[in-house]
Amino acid sequence: MCAQKRTESDAHAAQAAEPPKPADRGATKTVLEGPEITRALTRIAHEVLERTKGGEDVTLLGIPTRGVPLARRLAERIERVEDRTVPWGSLDITMYRDDLRLAPARALGRTEIPAGGIDGRVVVLVDDVLFSGRTVRAALDALNDLGRPRAVQLATLVDRGHRELPIRADYVGKNLPTSLRENVTVLLEELDGRDAVVLGPAKPRPGAEGEL
Amino acid sequence: MRHLLSAGDLSRDEATLILDTARELAQAGARSVKKFPTLRGRTVVNLFFEDSTRTRTSFELAAKRLSADVINFSAKGSSVSKGESLKDTALTLQAMGADGVVIRHSASGAAHRLSGWVDGSVVNAGDGTHEHPTQALLDVYTMRERMGRLDGLRVAIVGDIRHSRVARSNVLLLHTLGAEATLVAPPTLMPVSVHTWPCAVSYDLDEALSKSDVVMMLRVQAERMQGAYFPTPREYSRRYGLDSERFARMHDEAIVMHPGPMVRGMEISAEVADSPRCTVTEQVANGLSIRMAVLYLLLGGSESAIGA
Repeated sequence: MCAQKRTESDAHAAQAAEPPKPADRGATKTVLEGPEITRALTRIAHEVLERTKGGEDVTLLGIPTRGVPLARRLAERIERVEDRTVPWGSLDITMYRDDLRLAPARALGRTEIPAGGIDGRVVVLVDDVLFSGRTVRAALDALNDLGRPRAVQLATLVDRGHRELPIRADYVGKNLPTSLRENVTVLLEELDGRDAVVLGPAKPRPGAEGEL
Repeated sequence: MRHLLSAGDLSRDEATLILDTARELAQAGARSVKKFPTLRGRTVVNLFFEDSTRTRTSFELAAKRLSADVINFSAKGSSVSKGESLKDTALTLQAMGADGVVIRHSASGAAHRLSGWVDGSVVNAGDGTHEHPTQALLDVYTMRERMGRLDGLRVAIVGDIRHSRVARSNVLLLHTLGAEATLVAPPTLMPVSVHTWPCAVSYDLDEALSKSDVVMMLRVQAERMQGAYFPTPREYSRRYGLDSERFARMHDEAIVMHPGPMVRGMEISAEVADSPRCTVTEQVANGLSIRMAVLYLLLGGSESAIGA
């Protein structure tokens, strides 16, 4: 059910074949710096506009914690390009997680749905790291209880692979092949004081944030 | 498994966690689908040895909103009326595999005893004249929503303190959260041990009114009184009732609270009860969010995030 239980199977062989340098134990490596994150988000904003033909009925929903500032930044970028405001909000998935009973009860994040609701909209879910896909599954469940979007798309800053569910992202900032032992941390100006994506050795996952 | 037996067991962080969680859950009331799948497969038993439609339905709805299975167990018509003891009832629940037990009992300490007999989490929904922690939580939540803060908030709790579990739980929780509570009642309706409570005591409502941001009126619990505590209801009402004249002397932002059920004309006049500054119905709505938060934090994870 959770990541720890699974052994590295053939499905992951492709990703394992091109791992980042076998970093020395304990070392961390910055794989994306601030300007690269900025460029990736600008590209995603343009891709969203292109795929949704102008983004007229797009609503961006960030998944707490780090998906929310990313959703806001994407909304700002689209606004700058198209000169139109894009509704954005946050969607907390805590109550919909499938691993609730594996960890102590955790605090809820914020859910803020823009005033127009999500009925008939193209909802773009925004998260920092796409990993097992379980967060996205939970988000789809949560959306289901909130209304009926016309379509749901997924944007993620980093796709680190190791999917456990048939889920893929529509917009990816960077594909980052990782080993299961590695840990991907996204740092954002709004919360951490700087923008970076850091790859480091795994630490025991405390209530895994943003990843399920 | 941990329990919520007393408002005094909660640390400042735990209490704040419950209030914040309730605030997020309150939004769900506005959605078309009001349920969360969070407690699917879990069983919550409402064990009510005293009648209380309001509290029982609130807990029942809260558990159902979280998709738990709910069993209502009332003493009337159950084996309790045939003479079964609390312990045997508890063992029955245990055998049924209850994950959470919400208990209301006329004996102080019943919830505490029960927590030693069952594996599931026990939530005290009122035990005798002792405590009613979820009521205190919803009161404090209502204050925080209305007044925007709790630190330094001045709260007067007025009326039958002696028989009130609501007063005790509120005093403990308000103290934890940095508010100043003052108990106001005739000397006969003050508990004997009141000097050990973390609050001020006054016998004069008029003096306390002008200094309060929140005035919480309590019901005079005639059913718990086995003696004369005041000469006549009329006299009580004149000295400790909140009428429109007294209401007018409160400062403009101050709110009036009441845990319900209200006895209009006795402790509170109809005009005050119907005023927009009286939060009685809001308290009921907030009670649902608070109970959802408590059930989620106790039963939602592999171990509880709150309680002792």
